[in-house]
Amino acid sequence: MTLLSVRGISKRFGGLQAVNDLSFDIATGSIKALIGPNGAGKTTIFNLISGFLHPDSGEIVFGGAEIHALSSCEVAVLGMVRTFQHIRLFPKMTVLENIMVGRHVHSRAGFLAGMLNLPYTWGEERRIREKSYEIMEMLGIVDHAGAEAISLAYGQQRVVEIGRALACDPKLLLLDEPAAGLNMRETNEMGRLVSRIREMGVTVLLVEHDMSLVMKISDEVVVVSYGEKIAEDRPLAIQKNPEVIRVYLGDDAC
Amino acid sequence: MARRYFAIAAFAGLIVAIQLTTLVTGTAYYLTQLTMTAYYSLIVVGLCMLIGYAGQISLGHAGFFAIGGYVTAFLTTFDLKSHHGALVSLLMKSGGLVSRQDVYGGSLLTVHPWLACVAAILLTVVVAYLVGGPVLKLKGHYLAMATLGIGIIVYRIVLGTEFLGAADGISEVPGFPLPGGLLITGDASSRVFNYYLAWGLMILGMALLLNLIHSRIGRALAAVHGAEDAAEAMGIPTARYKLHTFVLSAVFAALAGVLLTHYNGGIGPSEAGVMKSVRYVAIVAIGGMANLWGALSMSLVLNYLSLRGYFGTYDDAVFGVILILIMLFAPDGLLRRHLLSDLKRVVSRDPEGEEAP
Repeated sequence: MTLLSVRGISKRFGGLQAVNDLSFDIATGSIKALIGPNGAGKTTIFNLISGFLHPDSGEIVFGGAEIHALSSCEVAVLGMVRTFQHIRLFPKMTVLENIMVGRHVHSRAGFLAGMLNLPYTWGEERRIREKSYEIMEMLGIVDHAGAEAISLAYGQQRVVEIGRALACDPKLLLLDEPAAGLNMRETNEMGRLVSRIREMGVTVLLVEHDMSLVMKISDEVVVVSYGEKIAEDRPLAIQKNPEVIRVYLGDDAC
Repeated sequence: MARRYFAIAAFAGLIVAIQLTTLVTGTAYYLTQLTMTAYYSLIVVGLCMLIGYAGQISLGHAGFFAIGGYVTAFLTTFDLKSHHGALVSLLMKSGGLVSRQDVYGGSLLTVHPWLACVAAILLTVVVAYLVGGPVLKLKGHYLAMATLGIGIIVYRIVLGTEFLGAADGISEVPGFPLPGGLLITGDASSRVFNYYLAWGLMILGMALLLNLIHSRIGRALAAVHGAEDAAEAMGIPTARYKLHTFVLSAVFAALAGVLLTHYNGGIGPSEAGVMKSVRYVAIVAIGGMANLWGALSMSLVLNYLSLRGYFGTYDDAVFGVILILIMLFAPDGLLRRHLLSDLKRVVSRDPEGEEAP
């Protein structure tokens, strides 16, 4: 079953055709990787899918609903959550609080309920807290619950950011370069984590530069160059695809 | 949660202690300025919520205070006796009007203060929503300038409108009647009651805001303040929450305007002045921005000193200087944990420990 369907989207910034007539599908429960050389438009594609940008043409269908005109907030409410290439944790908030923010779409206390501290919010707050602890335990960061999130080591901040996204109970998780800046051991751990997230029933789309990680964990890989899709296949086949090799290594390699 | 209410109880204790002190020392006349301080503090804590927690500046909150004050002042002093429209007779029938004597012994037919208060708050809500919608799309300096503009517009309107008293403002505003025959008024006879009422309302407002910052919405606002795009990606409607907070803080300011106008018996255009808005921002800044208790305690001290005339003719200048000094040397405010070590660092000019960008 297809969870996300990208159909012929294009995006132009002034004279630059950042994304050109791009299409691909993501099957429910799979891990799909989006790769390509620097400047290929991967992050733009991410921003288009997650509602941070809107395509000039084409459509994006998520869980049966057209989402290409929705804001990132509305997309998140539908169950698609993203992380950022440059970690965007909330400063001056603890790890626990950061993850609790992730429960926002699954709770409902508004301004009035909050100001009056209405009894129904107490149970809600408790459930938010319990769920957040569950996630921290799963990710092995529960010891840092009370620490300021941005004071953690870089690799752990990444994990917190993913934890915050998981707190939304997403159907689709978009990971923008989850292994960027991580050492080899942390990268391996990240790979295991992404696989575990998939086992939890979350579909994953990731942009990643680390090829060994991509080849190890993804079910399918989409390769983009200059905003166009040049290949879409299983990891092993992608590695042998002459067009992909040409794009990555230059013409002389063929 | 217990800590929050403990702090509120401790502050209430302080308020009682201050009153008892004035009783013992025979300085009950201080209570007048302390009561006014309470109402001004209501604006400050509302603004603190907006600046410190939602991360949006407003240099126009004196405008909302003035809207509240002027609407209630106008409605409760404007004589409707010679007016016979459908609205007037409807208000008459529904008990929305009161007839009373003016200071010269003549009789007046005016809108009931409670109704005037509701009208003032409603108008504030409408204005805040209309203005806040487009303005809060701006960030940083641009937002500051736009809100400054709003404050100036309100100031020029009240200053230039004849039926709002122009430069004289509106005086002879009646007291605000409460159940049990009590009255919000500056009369010396009800000084103690008004002192406790004002601070009671202030503490109630404080409790509401403290609850809010510890709620789901408070977390969301902190997230918006810290990383707006990430908050948006978590499904937080950032624009709507900023707008709601803006309106909430405007209502705090307007309510303060309504009550203080009844307490003082009038309002003048200086209450809408830009330097008033600057003063409120300066107090929030010196209190530590995201620190409701800091803002409240600084408001208590500085507003009181100002109202007692300690700053003399330099009143506005003092608050301008405070704002500049805080921005230069202690952008996190004066009341914080590492104050001493920070001061040492400023003195020794050692940039170590400055936050990396």
